[in-house]
Amino acid sequence: MSEDIIALLKENVIQGRKTKDDEGIDDNMTGTPGVVELTQLALEKKSSLDTIITQGLTAGMQVVGEKFATKEYFIPDMLASAEAVGAAMDILKPHLEALDMATRGKFIIATVKGDIHDIGKNIVAILLRGAGYEVNDLGIDVPTEGIVEVVREYKPDFLGLSALLTTTMVVMGEIIEGLKENGLRDKVKVLIGGAAVSNEYAQEIGADAYCVDGFHAIKIIDAFQEAKV
Amino acid sequence: MARQGVLVEPYQRLKLGQVEQIHRASLAILTDPGVVCFNRNAAEIFGDHGAEVLSINQGAAACWLLKIPEKVITDAVQAAPKVVKLGARDENNCLILDGHEPRVHFVTGSETNIWLDVDFQAYVKKSDPNIEVMVPEFHRRRGTVLDLCQAAHLCEHLDTLDAFIRPVNIQDKDITGDNKDVNKFFASLNNTTKHVMAGLTNLKQLDNVVNMAKLIVGGEEQLKENPIISFITCLVKSPLQFVDDTTQTLIEICRRGLPLVVSSSPQAGTTAPIKEDGIMAQINAEVLAGITLSQLVNRGTPVLYGSVPVRARLDNLNDSYGAPESSQYNIDCVQMARFYKLPCYSTAGVCDTKTPGMQSAIERLLSDILVTLSGPQYLHCAYGLLDGNSTFCLLQAVLDDAHFQMIKFFLRQPRISQADIDDSLKQVREVVATPQKLYIRYIRPMLRSGQLSMPYPFEGDAETDNVLALAYDRMKQLLSQPVEHIDPATTSRVFQEIPGILPRLNVYEERREQ
Repeated sequence: MSEDIIALLKENVIQGRKTKDDEGIDDNMTGTPGVVELTQLALEKKSSLDTIITQGLTAGMQVVGEKFATKEYFIPDMLASAEAVGAAMDILKPHLEALDMATRGKFIIATVKGDIHDIGKNIVAILLRGAGYEVNDLGIDVPTEGIVEVVREYKPDFLGLSALLTTTMVVMGEIIEGLKENGLRDKVKVLIGGAAVSNEYAQEIGADAYCVDGFHAIKIIDAFQEAKV
Repeated sequence: MARQGVLVEPYQRLKLGQVEQIHRASLAILTDPGVVCFNRNAAEIFGDHGAEVLSINQGAAACWLLKIPEKVITDAVQAAPKVVKLGARDENNCLILDGHEPRVHFVTGSETNIWLDVDFQAYVKKSDPNIEVMVPEFHRRRGTVLDLCQAAHLCEHLDTLDAFIRPVNIQDKDITGDNKDVNKFFASLNNTTKHVMAGLTNLKQLDNVVNMAKLIVGGEEQLKENPIISFITCLVKSPLQFVDDTTQTLIEICRRGLPLVVSSSPQAGTTAPIKEDGIMAQINAEVLAGITLSQLVNRGTPVLYGSVPVRARLDNLNDSYGAPESSQYNIDCVQMARFYKLPCYSTAGVCDTKTPGMQSAIERLLSDILVTLSGPQYLHCAYGLLDGNSTFCLLQAVLDDAHFQMIKFFLRQPRISQADIDDSLKQVREVVATPQKLYIRYIRPMLRSGQLSMPYPFEGDAETDNVLALAYDRMKQLLSQPVEHIDPATTSRVFQEIPGILPRLNVYEERREQ
């Protein structure tokens, strides 16, 4: 029974169905339980958190990633699945905390001061949640001091900075300097992204990585996490 | 069930008053100077129906000057069917061409002498031997009957293509004037279930071709109901001359009641006036004269108003199909055909460049889009054609199919309804209330419904342009898909009863040999 629920959970992640109200891809599945309902059901049936996450959510996302790589799936499919997994992780979070189990990592993301563009940042945040990371999205036009302060308090593994404009990308360098001045630079990996920046620019300002898009960001932070182990 | 083509809101280049001016100028041309006719039968037919026929002396051949009164022309235009059916082996592929309705069907065309083979070679960067790129190489050779089979095979699988005009001149050593027509029609019919149109090389072969079509479709009545073949007749040599042999061909096709295109291809600057009004008045007069003959021979013959006007290149006086003026002339002709409510055969996509690439894409897309927008019912849009109409390349045909996917998508009618607007308002309110403010989740219900266009199919990864290599892969994939050949029993009868078809075209015999 609980195996069936986990299999259904995986399938609904693949279908990108957050709740019972969502349609699937293959058939009209509206009305049947989605990822949120199935996650709650799995908890009621005493499935282990590890099983729910690894065999249900992560296994489903792995299939979604493969389908995206072969161009069977598009970004809206990836995001729908990631959103569904993110919602499941919100349900699981208190249970993980109660057992003192960590998420895959803590991530702070922000669009820097002077820049209000956030489509890319929002997509990265959704994908990271779907990949099992705990994401704190600070929003747009965030002052440098505010970002440094949150890093101090929240102690994230990663800081993601986004800028679309050539006039605002310089703020990324100022934030890295701010982290250094406050003795925080070696506590957090800094990733940058956005239309204005590049790998060369990341090196120039001393960031740890440049991410082309959300999928690239996941690969990079997964690699950083594996290197820790 | 006919192929749907694409219905357009026609782009009108000429105002109605200008259309009428050209119409009147054409009628004036047909009475003064009239048409020089090198075919005795046609001269007699026109004479019998009220035209003034004067024997004139132009070189060694006998010829006559036809001064055709307005009433003869207007009666014939009235008699010509306004709806023409072009049949197909698979009846789902038949076309209904309605002169009242600007519904465009996309077709191959021309009869090229050169077949362009494509091969890809690896080149290594001198300064960095780790970098290797694949570069296409093109090899020109004379087209063969098996090339024509392959062209029909590929075109069968090109979704946007509605009918097949043989695009390859078959020049095998064993192809002669006496067997060319049966071989080109059989090679085409056996490799596509879409409508097949071609010109006739030798009038003596007409009945063999028609009898072959009857065998394939099941009999004479069935061929009338479902005319799986039709003909192009270029009886006019511009300016204003009826050529002896093709005029006789037109007469004989009309007597058999099969559909045909009456087409003219003047070149502005050499065989027609360089100014737009001049070439238009002349080509319209030439086509009207041909259509009139078709109706005088056999009232009710299904006929298409065919136009292939082109501007002269001023550096070598070749046809310049890539010139914007050529598209303007074609659009004007579509409007003239619509004025007469006759289905129109028009031309687009012919380009001046010799190999697939950027120039080819730019030249052909300009006319592909614009002439399509004008709403001809039967558009020869040069799938696979290069170097004017002298070269055919399968790779180019695959690229053209991708272009027409986009053009057809663009021409879809707008879908705006109160229900859609209500749904969109709901979306706007929902999204604005969320922190992310993204509409992406609403894409999914539309994603696989066919309502969204797909990316260009030959887009390379990252910054690499792999268009030609990807299109080549697609070409090979399409050629690996089977086609529905004519069934074995009918094939056997065709080979027994129709003389001259080359044994190597019998796919069942070939299989036995294997």
